[in-house]
Amino acid sequence: MLPAPAFLTNPERFMAFSRWAAPMFGAIALVLGLAGLWLGWTAPEDYQQGATVRILFIHIPAAWMSEFVYACLAVASLLALVFRHVLADCAAQAAAPLGAGFTVLALATGSLWGRPMWGTYWVWDARLTSVLALLLIYVAYMALRASIDDETKGARAAAILALVGAVNLPIIHYSVTWWNTLHQGPSVFRAGGSALAPVFFWPVILLVLAYMSAFGSLWLVRIRGEVWRRRAEAAALRAARA
Amino acid sequence: MLNLETGKYAFFVWSAYGITGAVFLILILSSLNHARRWKKKAQELAPK
Repeated sequence: MLPAPAFLTNPERFMAFSRWAAPMFGAIALVLGLAGLWLGWTAPEDYQQGATVRILFIHIPAAWMSEFVYACLAVASLLALVFRHVLADCAAQAAAPLGAGFTVLALATGSLWGRPMWGTYWVWDARLTSVLALLLIYVAYMALRASIDDETKGARAAAILALVGAVNLPIIHYSVTWWNTLHQGPSVFRAGGSALAPVFFWPVILLVLAYMSAFGSLWLVRIRGEVWRRRAEAAALRAARA
Repeated sequence: MLNLETGKYAFFVWSAYGITGAVFLILILSSLNHARRWKKKAQELAPK
């Protein structure tokens, strides 16, 4: 195993690390978020989109995070399945509600941008539909875990679902290339350079980093909560047997 | 300087920012509450 994950597989070391890392990532998210919003709201309006370009500063990071968090969930699920490691299972479980939140944001902000620019809140094109499928996979993952009384069996079933659902990630990513979609193709990073002018590019990048740091902070907090929940339930079980 | 003028797109822009703020608030509060609740419970049940 890589040294860093190996270091964090020990619950005591993880709890000691996350105790200071969670607030640190939170503080970084706040600073980067404020800087990104400042740059975004001091940038001129787009000559075609007008003020709606400011929606893209929060839509693009949410859309990227919806996929990134799912990738984290899938990797944690794989580690939990292969190594049966409790912390990996906690990490997968903790990532799901956060990923669902980012996906809701991607869909909602995208719709609010689409109505004035495309003339509609929603179209069943490949990108929008595959992101909606991602949200449904997140919801199915959480529902499956909650619906099986035996937590170990529920975790394994949900991990398998998470790995199967990972097939959707390349579909989302390449949907705008493989199919003719109303959603535009890659614009931030693409061959030949970004399609965004620097005044729009940098707010997007700062807010992507802010969202990523916010996720890092909240993920650690939620994993800590899961560790405590399992400790509390183990202690309650011991007390009941005594 | 900050340019908060959104003109005829005000509803769409401010709704997007409002929803984003609300979702972040929900994620932050639910994460902190979940961790605090179980930390307290684990400490109560820990062997003395």
